[in-house]
Amino acid sequence: MSVKTEAIGKEWPATKYEVGKEKIGEYARVLGIENPVHFDREAAKAAGFRDVVAPPMFAVVYSSPAMAPAMFDAEVGMNFAAMVHGGQEFEWGEPACSGDEITTTAKCVDIAEKDGKGFYIFETNAVNQNGDQVVKGTWTLIVRGV
Amino acid sequence: MADLNVGDAIPELKVTPDKYLTHRYAGASGDFNPIHIDPEFAKAVGLPNSILHGLYMMGLVARANAVLADGDPRALKRLSVQFRGMGAPETEITVSGTVKSVDGDTVIVDTVAAQGDNQTIRNAEAEIQL
Repeated sequence: MSVKTEAIGKEWPATKYEVGKEKIGEYARVLGIENPVHFDREAAKAAGFRDVVAPPMFAVVYSSPAMAPAMFDAEVGMNFAAMVHGGQEFEWGEPACSGDEITTTAKCVDIAEKDGKGFYIFETNAVNQNGDQVVKGTWTLIVRGV
Repeated sequence: MADLNVGDAIPELKVTPDKYLTHRYAGASGDFNPIHIDPEFAKAVGLPNSILHGLYMMGLVARANAVLADGDPRALKRLSVQFRGMGAPETEITVSGTVKSVDGDTVIVDTVAAQGDNQTIRNAEAEIQL
């Protein structure tokens, strides 16, 4: 067996995510982050943010919905039972704040086989309601025994 | 923290996720993959038990690096990680890092997250703007 490569270059429809204050707080709390800019509107504004600001890794919360249709696409054809998350990169631009509407697109940039493993690489690109780039993500998913 | 030099260690972050952490992280992140929250399912697919979300540990790596900028969420410009060993709940995680380069106000930090000898995240590279 080998990997299918016809999905390289494929893009999926954008997903939208509206960032909420309490969701930011929930995410910061689970990571043990205590900076009040993630919980308190006045503290966030005093620090120069439009509103309560998300920790950088909150990027997974608004980017992941764009990845779902890509991962489950039959043309990509990943075997989930044998899949692991091999690597992740995020590059941040404008911070994500409560009230932002973030639009994220996903694209398959590479599918390759090496040593019996399939390497599936996707990029997500998230922009806010003003057209500012919020985060670019590179997701490396590895499937064993392809 | 402003005066960082190549080879400096960043302050170590130690966290012990409790038994239910993966459930709270699943709720916070939206990732309800049963390998993280259902020990029976995890064992059925060959894992020792429920495992931590890789992105949770990446979140701790981000938190450890943000400390260099007093927790300012604008400081972290890029973070690239490779997930290796599996992380287990109820086991202490240590995040440690070393300054790899300093260029003006941009610092690159090499970071590792480990549970004992098990490096769950390695080759993590953080770009921080101070």
